[in-house]
Amino acid sequence: MKELKTVNKPVRKKDAMQLLTGQPVYTDDLIKEPCLIIKLLRSPHANAIVKEIHTEKALALEGIEAVFTYKDIDQDQERYTIAGTSFPEFAPYDRLIIDRHVRYVGDVVAIVVGKDEKTVGKAMKLIDVEYEVLDAVLDFRQALDNKTIVHPESNWKLPVDTGADVKRNLLAKESSSMGDIDEVLKKCRYVVDRTYHTKATQQCHMEPFTTFCEIDPYGRLHITSSTQIVFHIRHIVANALHIPKSMIRVSKPRVGGGFGAKQTAVSEVYAAFVCYRLKKACKLVFTRKECFTASSPRHEMQMHVRIGADENGIIKGIDLHTLSNTGAYGEHGPTTVGLSGHKSIPLYGKQEAYRFTGEVVYTNHMSSGAYRGFGATQGLFAVESAVNELASLMNTDPIELRLKNIVKEGEIMPAYFNEPLTSCTLDKCLIRAGEMIGWKEKGQRRILDNGKIRSLGVAIAMQGSGISAVDVGSATLKLNEGGFYSLIVGSADMGTGSDTTLSQVAAEVLDCDLDHIQVFSADTDISPYDSGSYASSTAYVTGKAVERCAMKLREKIIKAGAKTLECDPEKCEFDGNTVFCEDKAVSLIDIAYTSMVFNNEALEVSVSNSSPTSPPPFMAGTCELETDPETGECKVIEYAGVVDCGTPLNPNLTRIQTEGGIMQGIGMALSEDISYGVKGNVIENSFMEYKIPTRMDVGKISVEFEPSYEDLGPFGAKSIGEVVINTTAPAIQEAVYQACGKRFYELPIKAEDIALAKDREEK
Amino acid sequence: MRIELNINSRKVCADIDPDMTLQKFLREKKYYSVKCGCETSNCGACSVLLDGKPVLSCSVLAVRAQGYRIETLEGLKEEAEEIGAFIADEGADQCGFCNPGFMIAAIALFREDPEPSDEKIRIYLSGNLCRCSGYEGQMRGLIKYRDQRRTA
Ligand code: FES
Ligand code: FES
Repeated sequence: MKELKTVNKPVRKKDAMQLLTGQPVYTDDLIKEPCLIIKLLRSPHANAIVKEIHTEKALALEGIEAVFTYKDIDQDQERYTIAGTSFPEFAPYDRLIIDRHVRYVGDVVAIVVGKDEKTVGKAMKLIDVEYEVLDAVLDFRQALDNKTIVHPESNWKLPVDTGADVKRNLLAKESSSMGDIDEVLKKCRYVVDRTYHTKATQQCHMEPFTTFCEIDPYGRLHITSSTQIVFHIRHIVANALHIPKSMIRVSKPRVGGGFGAKQTAVSEVYAAFVCYRLKKACKLVFTRKECFTASSPRHEMQMHVRIGADENGIIKGIDLHTLSNTGAYGEHGPTTVGLSGHKSIPLYGKQEAYRFTGEVVYTNHMSSGAYRGFGATQGLFAVESAVNELASLMNTDPIELRLKNIVKEGEIMPAYFNEPLTSCTLDKCLIRAGEMIGWKEKGQRRILDNGKIRSLGVAIAMQGSGISAVDVGSATLKLNEGGFYSLIVGSADMGTGSDTTLSQVAAEVLDCDLDHIQVFSADTDISPYDSGSYASSTAYVTGKAVERCAMKLREKIIKAGAKTLECDPEKCEFDGNTVFCEDKAVSLIDIAYTSMVFNNEALEVSVSNSSPTSPPPFMAGTCELETDPETGECKVIEYAGVVDCGTPLNPNLTRIQTEGGIMQGIGMALSEDISYGVKGNVIENSFMEYKIPTRMDVGKISVEFEPSYEDLGPFGAKSIGEVVINTTAPAIQEAVYQACGKRFYELPIKAEDIALAKDREEK
Repeated sequence: MRIELNINSRKVCADIDPDMTLQKFLREKKYYSVKCGCETSNCGACSVLLDGKPVLSCSVLAVRAQGYRIETLEGLKEEAEEIGAFIADEGADQCGFCNPGFMIAAIALFREDPEPSDEKIRIYLSGNLCRCSGYEGQMRGLIKYRDQRRTA
C-alpha cells in the first residue's frame, strides 16, 4: 500500500486554536439581538392531568411576550417523536409540544417567553396550575401490566411494529436465538446465573442543550442548535409543528459535547414552536438542572445473564434477558435494547447456542435516549461481569479464559446478524492490555504495606460502525479558485474532531496539504444528506463517502486537465498540484481558473455512502484499583485500554476519544448515581450530587492501538467513539471483587457499599 | 445601579440589577469566552481572573468586581495561544466548551508558578471539569509546555 501522508497522522484539529482561545463559536455565542428568552415551566408530579392553568398574572407582567399552555396545542392532533432516527422510525409518536397529561417530574406544562431571563423567571412563579395527581409507575420492574397506563391516549402511534402493547406499558420487545440454549446450558459444567442493574447515567456534555431560532429573509424558520442531527431535527420539527419541511432550515455551529444526548431534539421543538408562532427570534438554553432532570440519559436496564462453559473452559452459550426503562416517552427505547445483546454475546465465538430477549417498558421517569455505547455498555457490563465470575468459578485466569473463547477474524457472528468478522485484533488487544497493567507480574490481588489492597480487573468490548444498511453519509467536494477545496458534510463534529479527520481523508486522496481542504458542517440547506453523527457512523460511513467523493473529483480534475492539454485522460496523471501528460503539464490553480471561464462542467462532486455491514471495533481494558479496606474507598490507579478501530485516522484524536470514554466509564462504575425521591424526582440534579470524575479521580489512563484493516472503511478505518466506554465498568467490578471478595451487580459501586459489605461479612 | 468595571484594561460602565452575577454581565457585554456550564459553582467553565487570581464568575456579583482588574480570555490571547498550542498538539481541545475556563486556570497557574509539579497542575486545575478529554491529553499538553519552558 502507498504510504499515507495525512491519514493516520496526529494533526491538530482544524478548529483547535479557535476553541482554545475562547472564540464565540457555540449556539449561545451566535444569537442575534433582539432575542426573546424562553423558559419551560415543568411538572412537579410524575403523573398528572393539568386540570386548570392560570396565566393571566404572568401575562400581565411587563416584558412577557407570551405564555403557551396545553390550550394552545390541539390535544387530538397527530403526535410526534423527538428521537433522531432514520426511516423507518422505530420510535413511537407519543409526544405533544405541551401535553395536558404530564408524565414525569419535569414534563413541560407551560412555555414562557419574555424579554429577559429575570422577567421570565418572575412570570414562571406567577403561573397557577391545578393538577389531578395520578398514581405513577416509578419502578420499571413493575411497569408491565401495571394498573397505571403511562400512555392511555388514543392518538399514540407506532410507525413501525416493535411488538408494543401500550396498554401493558410495553413499548417494544425483541428476541433472537440460535440452537437450544437451555439444553446447552444444562450440559455445561460451569454456569453463572446473575442479574445486573445499571442506571440512567447522564452524558453531561458541558454545553447545555441550547437552541436559537429566527425567521430568515425568506420567511422560513431557521434553527441554530447544538445538535448531532441537523437533518433529523428538520424532520422532527416539521412533524411537531405540522409545517412543511421546506419551511425549515437547521444549522449546527460548534457543539460543546453530545455523547448521544444531542441525537434527540431535547430543546429544539420548543424554541421552533415559539419562533414560528411569534415570528420573532428567541432562544432556549437549558439550565444544568434541566440537563439532569428533563433530558435524554442512558436507559436504565436490568439484565439477567446465564452463561455456561464446559470442563475445558469453552463458553458454550449465553442467555441474556434485558429489561429496559424508556421512561415517559419512547424515543430510542426500541433501538437501544437490542444492542445489550447484539454487542455483547458475539464476543464469544465458540457458542453452540445463544438467546437474547429484551423488553422495553414505559414508566413515569424522565425519558431515556442515546448515550455513548447505546445499550451495548449496559449489556457488556452484565456479560463481561458474568465472564469474570465464570473465570473465578473455574479457577481460571480471566484473560486466558477470554483468549480461548473470543471471536476471530474470518468467523461469522450469529448473534451479530450473521455478519462476517472482516477485521479483528481483539486477541492482540487483550494480550497487550494485560502486559500494560502488569497482569502476570502483579497478580490479581496483593496487599500493600500500608494495608491497602491493589487489585486488577479486565473486560473486553465491541460496538458497531454505523447502522448496517441504514445510515447514510455524504460528502460534497469542490475545487475553488486558487486550487483549494471545500469539503461539505452533514455529519456533526461535536468535539470528536470529525471535521478534521474527514478532511484528512480528502487530503490523502487529493494529494494535498490539509490546509487546502476547507471543511463545513452542518446545515440542512447546504450539506448533502447525512443521517447525523451517532451510532459510531461518522468516521466509517461519512469517511467512506469523503474518500469516494475525493476519488471522483480527482478523476474530474484529470479530465479537465486533459482537456486543456488536449490529451487522452487515460494517459494523464495528477500529483495534487499538476496534471501531467507526457511532457505537458497544467497546474491545479490553472485548472481551477479554467473552470471559472466559459465552462460547462462543474468541478464539484457529491457522493452518498452506506454500508451493508457494521464492522465492529474492539477494545480490551484492564485496570488496577487501590482499595482501602477500612473505608471502602477505591481509586483507579491505572486503566490500560487497547483498541482495534482499524486504521486510526488521527492517532491523537482516537487516543483522546479512548481516554475520554474510559473516564466516563470510571464515573459510571464508581460515582455517577441516579436515584429518585418518593415523588419520582431525580435526586442527583446538579454536579454537586451527580459526581462525574474530576482530574483527581481518573488515575493514569494508558492507551494503545492494535490496528486491523477494514476494507469497507476509509483507509481501513472503523469507528472509535463508543466502544471505548464499554470495558471500564465490568473491569472495575472485577477488580473490586478481587479487593473485597464481594461481587456487585449494580452500578455505581460506592465506597460505602464496599465498606458496608465488609462489615456485614464480619458480623 | 451604576457600576464601573475594568475589563481587559478597558473601562466598562453600565446600569445593572444588584443581583447580577459577573458571569451574566460579561456574557451580556459579549465576552463570550465566559461560559456557563452549571449554576452550582462546580464546573469552572465561567472562570475569569480577578487581579490575576482565577475565580468563578458565576459566584461573584458584578457589583463586587468593581475595583478589581477583570481579565477574560479575550484579553489573554497571547498566553492562550502559547499554552493552547500544546493542548492542540495533543488533540485535547475536543469540544472546546471547557477550554476557556481551563485556559484561564492554566494561565494563572503558570504565572504563579512557572515550574509546577505534575501533582500541582492536577490539583490547581481540579475545579475545571472536562467531560470529553479524560484529562490526560490536557495534562500531557501542560507538562510539555512546562518542560519546553524549562529548556527554552
Ligand atoms: S458556570 Fe459552572 S462553575 Fe460557574
Ligand atoms: S473538551 Fe469538551 S468538556 Fe472539555
